[in-house]
Amino acid sequence: MKQIVKTQYYEFGQPPDELTLESGQTLGPITVAYETYGRLNADKSNTILICHALSGDAHAAFWHSEEDRKPGWWDIMIGPGKAFDTDKYFIVCSNILGGCMGTTGPSSINPKTKKPYALSFPVITISDMVDVQKKLIDFLGIKRLYSMVGGSMGGMQVIDWAIRYPSAVRSAIVVAATSRLSAQGIAFNAVGRNAICSDPSWSNGNYYGKTAPEKGLAVARMIGHITYLSEESMHQKFGRRLQNKTDYGFDFSTDFEIESYLRYQGETFVGRFDANSYLYITKAVDYFDVEKKYGSLAAAFSDTQSKFLFISYSSDWLFPPSQSKEMVKALMNNNKEVTYCEISSAYGHDAFLLEKEQQTNIIANFLAKVKETTA
Amino acid sequence: MINTIRSSLFDYIADLVESKAKVLDLGCGKGELLETLIREKNVVGHGIDINEENIIECIKKGISVFQGNIDEGLLEYRDKSYDYVILSQTLQVVHKPLFVINEMLRVGKKGIICFPNFGYWKIRLQLFFKGQMPRTKRIPYEWYNTPNIHHVTIKDFKHTCKKYGIRIVKEIPLSGSQKRRNILYAACSNLLAEDALFLIES
Repeated sequence: MKQIVKTQYYEFGQPPDELTLESGQTLGPITVAYETYGRLNADKSNTILICHALSGDAHAAFWHSEEDRKPGWWDIMIGPGKAFDTDKYFIVCSNILGGCMGTTGPSSINPKTKKPYALSFPVITISDMVDVQKKLIDFLGIKRLYSMVGGSMGGMQVIDWAIRYPSAVRSAIVVAATSRLSAQGIAFNAVGRNAICSDPSWSNGNYYGKTAPEKGLAVARMIGHITYLSEESMHQKFGRRLQNKTDYGFDFSTDFEIESYLRYQGETFVGRFDANSYLYITKAVDYFDVEKKYGSLAAAFSDTQSKFLFISYSSDWLFPPSQSKEMVKALMNNNKEVTYCEISSAYGHDAFLLEKEQQTNIIANFLAKVKETTA
Repeated sequence: MINTIRSSLFDYIADLVESKAKVLDLGCGKGELLETLIREKNVVGHGIDINEENIIECIKKGISVFQGNIDEGLLEYRDKSYDYVILSQTLQVVHKPLFVINEMLRVGKKGIICFPNFGYWKIRLQLFFKGQMPRTKRIPYEWYNTPNIHHVTIKDFKHTCKKYGIRIVKEIPLSGSQKRRNILYAACSNLLAEDALFLIES
């Protein structure tokens, strides 16, 4: 029997109470798509907020129907007896602002014009995504999160929460993340955006109701996917094997398995993701820079009240272990409670979606000690 | 029995640490020493260890721990940002002991070091009479599988401190492998002490 979950929706920010964004612009009303797993306890002290990465959504665990082919994106970690144990904790996951999986984003209808926002959607930041999550948590009547967790861009949201809402975050788990993306990371995002904007179908973002820039978005996804893997994992998974061929085709069709894999990743992505959302979200990732905003990591973390856990992966070259270590040292220098684990894995950045056992062992034990040490 | 030895050593270390101090334990293992110091001295304690199983054990105790290699130094830890940096039963396993000691005293206001004393008479006798690498309860390894790659005596350690301008604030030779260790007469310590405990500063 599959555990079924239904996506729920919360709306706020009706004029004149719009959300003020980091850029100074206002946005409203805003719809937030979210899912919950497990039960909220009587004193509302067992909530764990899950923050998803670039292409994720509110569907973190369980199934939408008996016929569903796949469970939520982090079902290996969330459920009865799992790291985020739904018998103990009340788990919440919401789609980010700017996304295209139910929460307001560039593909949503602007109530003023009755047309999709497209590029009239304001440029948003990680802090804006966090403020939308905060509104949802307030609406659910939760004053303090037992914990929160996020991998990759989700980790950036966790960092932002812990800095800006210190008393609301009892413990924070940051997985394969960074306080600021490297030049290399920005470069890959820029190429992805260029691929989308160079697609003639993009038409300055006004493609809704017409042909979407599927080719550009697929290329962006292919590039992204390369950065999520490692040289070793690609070698292990594909090597130089040919795709349904015994020898080279001596043409420009697909020869290698890796080509076929990337093409498949690109093609399936365009069916579920909005190209403009990809532009907005990667921009928010590029803009995230804790040092720039607060002067230094030490200054940024000086008022945090959370017990922290940082996990990084040895083969992750997109969000390398060194970037997690910097944050951990800054927290240690600030006398904060913080633990750092570096897991050996060949999977690269994607490891956080795949490495179930070690991640579970670390996180389940960490969560078990949160209550007594931060009471 | 190992546990009683350890816990009595922990008592001596705890005696050197002021309450509510900020402590960094290098090679903290399963976090037992930090747990003792947090419980008895109310310290703010952080550990560093390289071993994954040890990290999990620390997490189970709720102790803050950093998974890393202390031979790479204490990069990004600020000067004098800890009251005490502790190197307990770890000096003999690091690749660059002098570098690690210097890093300890850069980051810590004081350093606490304890190590098994290779000048202990039983060890000397074994080497002298058997002509083989000594094995004791404290150092139970074969030459080829020992993690102890830098054997050191109390005399060696004191010479090194003198040579590099490291001040020894307190020297506590320890022996008596049964229950509690007696503080030995310092003059014979290099011969009689099984372990040595030092409080140092730069």
